[in-house]
This record gives sequence, structure tokens and C-alpha cells, in this order.
Amino acid sequence: MDILNKISEHLQLGDDEKVRIFTKEAIKAKISPKEILNNGLIFGMDIIGKKYKAHEIFLPDVLLAAKAMYAGMDLLRPMFIKGGIPTIGKVVIGTVQGDLHDIGKNLVGIMLKGAGFEVIDLGNDVSPSEFIEIAKKEDASVIGMSALLTTTMPFMKIVIDLLKEERLIGKIKTIIGGAPVTEEFAREIGADAFGYDSINAIEKVKGLTGMT
Amino acid sequence: MKMKIIREIVEIRISDIKLEKANVFKNQDIPLNREHSLKVETLFTEAMELFIEFSHPKGLVSEIPIPEFEVVYFGEGLNEKKTPLDEIFKKADYLALFAVTIGEKLSQKIGELFELDEFALGSMLDAVASEGTEKVADIVENRFSELLAKSDEITSSTGILRYCPGYCGWHMSGQKKLFEFLHPEDIGVTLLDSYLMKPLKSISGVIVIGEKEIHNFIDSYAFCSQCKTHFCRDRISELFRE
Repeated sequence: MDILNKISEHLQLGDDEKVRIFTKEAIKAKISPKEILNNGLIFGMDIIGKKYKAHEIFLPDVLLAAKAMYAGMDLLRPMFIKGGIPTIGKVVIGTVQGDLHDIGKNLVGIMLKGAGFEVIDLGNDVSPSEFIEIAKKEDASVIGMSALLTTTMPFMKIVIDLLKEERLIGKIKTIIGGAPVTEEFAREIGADAFGYDSINAIEKVKGLTGMT
Repeated sequence: MKMKIIREIVEIRISDIKLEKANVFKNQDIPLNREHSLKVETLFTEAMELFIEFSHPKGLVSEIPIPEFEVVYFGEGLNEKKTPLDEIFKKADYLALFAVTIGEKLSQKIGELFELDEFALGSMLDAVASEGTEKVADIVENRFSELLAKSDEITSSTGILRYCPGYCGWHMSGQKKLFEFLHPEDIGVTLLDSYLMKPLKSISGVIVIGEKEIHNFIDSYAFCSQCKTHFCRDRISELFRE
């Protein structure tokens, strides 16, 4: 088994120590950081996503794999320092204004990074204007909003309305999610996508950014 | 004979909280009928240990007469026009406001774990903490019904269920009046401007005690179509199974 396969295999097992060891080996063997990232780490995370979708593994397994992914990325980061880690897109995420529940949003952020996106996590209780300002400043292609309360869901619409006002619809896509959020609600407020869980959200973001 | 108004801070030992693993796994989207890895089991065990180390459960319950609860329930006037609770509480024998928490330290620990890239353990601990908070609410509910049972206020036809702002048409802003009446700050729970509680792993609401039948409603209210869980069905079924 070559080193990149070993990285992918151990990532799938959630073994961050082994991923660290084999990533070091790969670097020593002069494999390019980009190849290690794409054909070792991201390749492994893609398989994890497929296994989760097929109900072969569960959320904790996915999160252990994500930790292993981060272990490898930590070693690659200094090597990408000049141009930064290559990303497949930039996503601004946050829990909407008035809402402090951030577990779901955090999981989406972890999985987006694992899939190769650059993630700007604004945290929780994020105002609509902050979403827009940061997305504009960072030239993000997607805004991801999470809400756990029915009372805070209307803030998602305000963000989309602000995008319309600023004629940014189409340039900046939106995806929403959270326990009370439904596909129907996403359609009603004009969101571009709805993610029913963290893995599904990543697939949808890939779709929005033309990756699938 | 009706007893005097009860208000009590309920002391809860960690050993009194009987967490149901099945509920924690359900929260983690792990189906009960599927095998899972040893790693998942280990995570659960570690999360349970952290729960024991970092949680500080506390509860508060205070009986409230129906006319006073009507004011609390009306809240800021933002409830749905028709709600199940609006029908239910008027037929109750007893009502009690309650608040419970497992404390801030556990929430902080969950945040720390995510900061350290311990996502799986952090997520599992979050699920354990949610289940723990529900169990603390069960303990407070039981404590209130025990107090009523002492004076023979509870019979085999009595049904006890709790209802919370933010669910089934009771608007979240109802928390404001609830807090004004109950004062959960006595157990370290405060209300934020967004009507969320701090610590986040806290629950507040009303315990409704009356004939089982008063809790029985059909989930055909306008807002029911937006509900993803329909947990009300399980709650009502369980009440009639007892």
C-alpha cells in the first residue's frame, strides 16, 4: 500500500496519530503537499462521506475522521504558507442572530474544511449585516446559516433580502440548515439550498460551487 | 384538601440522573438497531465521565394558579392563535413553573473540546448534556408530583406532562414572563435578550397536572405542519400506556 493510501485508510479509521505519521512520511518522500491533501486526506474524507450516506458509519466516526484530517492538515499548512492551503471555495458560516446553538454549525464547518473548502466561521448570534459584510470582504461564494429556534429563522430571510438589495444574489449563494429548518422554508425565503445534516450540507455546497 | 403554594429549589445529585444511552445515540443519529464501532462506545463512556465531572444539576419548581399562569402564557402576545396548551392548562388541576440546568461548566467543556479538535467527543458530550438536562427536568417533575401525592392529590387517572416556550405554538418570548414569575436566577439560570437561557443546557416551562385526557390533542394545528419531530405523539401515547 502506498503512503497516500495509508493516509486515506487511517483517516477513515479515525486514527489521527497514524495519519500524522504517514503524512510526515509522505512529506519526507517529497510527495507534493497538494497531492497529499487531495489524494490522501480529501480522498479519505470523500469515502467517509459516502459511507455515512450509506449508513455504514455514524456521526462519531465521521468526526473522528475529521480530527485525523486536521492532524494531517496541520503538517501541510506550513508548506502551503506562501499561497495558503489550496481551497475549492470560500464559505462564510454562522448561527443567525439571537441563536446561540452552534453544534450543528460547527459540524458543518468541520466537514466543509475536510472537503477542502476555506471556512470563515462567524460564530453564533451573527447579525444579517455581518454575514453580508464578511462574505463581501472575503469574496466568499457561499453563506451558510444555521438556526435551532423557530424564532430566529426569520433572520435567514433578512440575509437573503439584503443580498437581493445589494444585487449579490447569484454571486453569493446561500444554504440554510438547523433542526426546525425545512426544504420548504428554504424555498419560501429564496435560499439556494437546504442541508438536512452536515454531510448533506457539504454535498449541497459542492453543488452550489459547481464541484459536482 | 388543597395544599399551600409550593416553591422549591430541588437539590439533585449526579447519581440521581439516569441517562438513557439510547436517547444519546438517537441524538447522534445512530440507529438503535445498527451495530456501531468500539470507538463510538469508548466516546460514550468518556462523555459520561466528563458529564459526571463537569455537570452541576439544579432545579426549581413553583406552583402557579391558573389565572396567574394565563398572564405568563400570554407573555408578549406573540403565541400562535390556537395552541394545544391554551386548551390544556385551563382544565388542569395544578400547574407549576419550572427551570432546570446542568450548569455552565459543562457547556464550557464542550466548547473546549471543539477548540482542541476533539469533535467526536465534543459532539457526544453535547448529546449526553442534552439528555442529562431532560433527565433533570424529569426529576423536578417527579419531585413536584411526589409533593402532591403526599396529600393524595394524584390518582391513577392523573396525567403529568411539561410544556415549554418555543414549542407547540407557545412563543419563545413567553420566557420573559415565566422568568419574572419564577426567578430561575436563584439556580443560576438567566435569560438573554434573545429569550435563550444561559447556561444553554437549561430547560424551563410549565408542568401540567390533571386528568390524562386533557393532554390528548390532535396534531393538526397550523404550526404542526412545520414540525419535524411530532414528539407530542410519543408523549401522549406514553401517558396512556402508564
